[in-house]
Amino acid sequence: MESHKPQDESQLAEILSEASAKGTPLELEGLGSKRGFGRPFQADGTLSLAAFSGVSLYEPEELVLTAGAATPLAEIEPLLEEAGQMLAFEPADYGPLLSGQASDRRLDSLGGLIACNLSGPRRPKAGAARDHVLGLRGVTGQGACFKTGGRVVKNVTGYDLCKLLTGSFGTLAAMTEITVKVLPRPEKTRSLLFSGLSAETANQLFNRALGSAYDVSGAAHLPAPLAAASNIDLVSGLGEAVTALRLEGPEPSVMARQAGLTALLAALAAPVEELHATRSLAFWKALRDAQPFVSRAKTAIWRLSLPPASGAAAVAALDLDDSDYWLDWGGGLLWLACPESAPQPPALAATLQALGGHATLVRANEGLRAALPVFMPQAEGVAALAGRIKASLDPKAVLNPGRLYAGL
Amino acid sequence: MSLVMPKPDESVMARRAALAASLREIVPGEGVIDQAEELAVYESDGLTAYRQPPLLVVLPETTQQVSEVLAFCKREGVKVVPRGAGTSLSGGALPLADGIILGLGKFNRVLEIDYDNRCAVVQPGVTNLGITQAVQHAGFYYAPDPSSQIACTIGGNVAENSGGVHCLKYGLTTNNLLGLEVVLIDGTILRIGGKQMDASGYDLLGLLTGSEGLLAVVTEVTVRILPKPPSARALLLGFPTSEQAGDCVGAIIAAGIIPGGLEMMDKPAIHAAEAFVKAGYPLDVEALLIVELDGPEAEVDHLIAQVARIAEEKGATTSRASQDEAERQSFWAGRKAAFPAVGRISPDYYCMDGTIPRKALPQVLERMREMSEKHDLAVANVFHAGDGNLHPLILYDANKPGELERAEAFGADILTLCVEVGGVLTGEHGVGVEKRDLMSQMFDETDLAVQQRVKCAFDPDSLLNPGKVFPELHRCAELGRMHVSRGKLRFPDLPRF
Repeated sequence: MESHKPQDESQLAEILSEASAKGTPLELEGLGSKRGFGRPFQADGTLSLAAFSGVSLYEPEELVLTAGAATPLAEIEPLLEEAGQMLAFEPADYGPLLSGQASDRRLDSLGGLIACNLSGPRRPKAGAARDHVLGLRGVTGQGACFKTGGRVVKNVTGYDLCKLLTGSFGTLAAMTEITVKVLPRPEKTRSLLFSGLSAETANQLFNRALGSAYDVSGAAHLPAPLAAASNIDLVSGLGEAVTALRLEGPEPSVMARQAGLTALLAALAAPVEELHATRSLAFWKALRDAQPFVSRAKTAIWRLSLPPASGAAAVAALDLDDSDYWLDWGGGLLWLACPESAPQPPALAATLQALGGHATLVRANEGLRAALPVFMPQAEGVAALAGRIKASLDPKAVLNPGRLYAGL
Repeated sequence: MSLVMPKPDESVMARRAALAASLREIVPGEGVIDQAEELAVYESDGLTAYRQPPLLVVLPETTQQVSEVLAFCKREGVKVVPRGAGTSLSGGALPLADGIILGLGKFNRVLEIDYDNRCAVVQPGVTNLGITQAVQHAGFYYAPDPSSQIACTIGGNVAENSGGVHCLKYGLTTNNLLGLEVVLIDGTILRIGGKQMDASGYDLLGLLTGSEGLLAVVTEVTVRILPKPPSARALLLGFPTSEQAGDCVGAIIAAGIIPGGLEMMDKPAIHAAEAFVKAGYPLDVEALLIVELDGPEAEVDHLIAQVARIAEEKGATTSRASQDEAERQSFWAGRKAAFPAVGRISPDYYCMDGTIPRKALPQVLERMREMSEKHDLAVANVFHAGDGNLHPLILYDANKPGELERAEAFGADILTLCVEVGGVLTGEHGVGVEKRDLMSQMFDETDLAVQQRVKCAFDPDSLLNPGKVFPELHRCAELGRMHVSRGKLRFPDLPRF
């Protein structure tokens, strides 16, 4: 296996241009934390983007940050925190989940995060990673260096290739530089905990809370066994299933909304506990990074994106055991675990067919990832179009070929 | 007009009657328009400086008809210009002499409202405001609010990725969509996304939004709807200089406050608006800010006080917080009437739409004053200060020989300046034909070729809305043979159109 490590865009262009001429497939690599994410595929070499690292522009008052694709989030986050800002989509770090090993610092890069479009619990309110990418520089499979987007929030100049590249798993272009929108961190964060609810009642609670003007920025449900394993004492101490709603903002606003929300939900359930500041932050960070499943050995981990009101219906249709799932995004995100040796949820395809949405096999051994669709198959017309898009930017299929879908 | 469009295909124009007859077999009766006086209705959109009657107008009623019309046009090599309400300010729906207008006006139904999933499924001809009207009784609304929202359609909003005054907090169209049904030029019907938050595979939803009708025709849209904030208050702030107003905006954001609306007007715009609607604007200031906070009452009151303090520190000479809904509306009345107000003091005006990094505002306004002298035309500025989107209104008189050309040259200078200071050519109006020839100010040949190759994946014969967005048309076969050298694509020299 040849390993390439270009130092600048023109070297990167040359490597890709040559790879295209020879038809040599390459595996793109930032910091390598998501190596096991996606379909297994054959590459003749690796292409490290590690040299494209560092924050080149950060203007807090303009709400904008530009950094090289391989810049560690561990470098970006403290910088933002110092200025009281954040990436509002709560970038998820799947590094520990994919490696099965907890880590006390983030291992991921900005480019990897964007290439996989990973968003955390604030997604229903703040949007996904893709909603925060303002501009990009990159190199196509043929070795053409290009830029798209800009550094301002409001921009409709040309096609939005930022969105096309976000979540493309490195199959269309090698990104070298990314410009993202940043936002102020909320002054206060507080989570209301409800205990002992069924998934169905929890989902009703979500529908009502997220359909209200109380601006809920996190809505998750942990069945009893997962709540018991929480590293937050006030969560594990409840001894039952825990449903959490998060409120963020200026203090008077959080207080007023807490009162309003509690009254609104009174007919369904009453909060039994509150998480303030540090505890609230730690609780949502754990869910963001799928911590409940990190150390579960020999287990396949699935992530289902669903119409939010259907989260509990999916739990019922899949007949999930309480220790094997939790709901986030107000029911719109269902995490589930299934022993690798067992048949993978047989009702998965039928459930998604009935409810809408799609599934991603986030973690599994290579055999399972080769045998099962890691990303759900697309409708024929959509798949054909995706193939033509791949062919227009990477005609010789040298960039991560097959990582997303066979033939892409 | 100075605009050069692709050379009309004589053979298509010669077959006009036969094409009309065939199209009537797909869309019967009045769905195909071929009479000159009726075609004239469609000869321009919101950018009225350019006019061209279309070959024919087709008004389908079903997705199946759209599919058959497009497949037919592809077979016959007929160009297609999609059109919603025709409110584009960049000429996105400007017809072609050898192309049909595909009007989506009959797709005007709200198909489903799903409050539990906080979304609505609508046809593309539903107006932007129509969506909010369909859900407001339940306390919901659709967030993007372009100023033409009473007339513009959601299909057009998708094509242009329309914005509005609340973008900084609530995003553009692209941030408020969940799904689309679209038809490709070969007639293929695709469904993308749904009611779930993230779609799988490539983000076609994101790519199609803002593609200005060059990639596909939208036949159904699933939008996010949001609970309406329970209260809103506005602050009216006047400053002796635009620098101070700009500083104040920066300080508000640095304090961690993202207002729902944050608008700035310069002196000519303030005076025009005040003369027109008597909003009570101070006339002795150089810049006026309207800062609107929305959300729970406790939050709004808290933040209004904070913003007022910041404004005082930054030297505001006028500071008034709205005490009731009527007063809030009156603060907005002048801003919302800014365009017609300028229309009152000038026979014609030309509305520009660049975006700049906010800190560059004083420099841009200064340079604009110099340009105003050079081109001998006045300019008034309204500015979405929160997101850097600038709308200079150039005042001219189309009846005076040479003034339109001078206004266009002035506009081009302004947009070039926007790019020079790190901004972009268009924030929300789209490239269309208006900014097409300026694309090379922002993108090099390779940047544009990469975009055009994506176009080839959708429309290899370049039949959907050709002549818009890109300054040069390249055949897809040529783009496929392009030679890459040192990271840049090399073309043989090609004539423009």
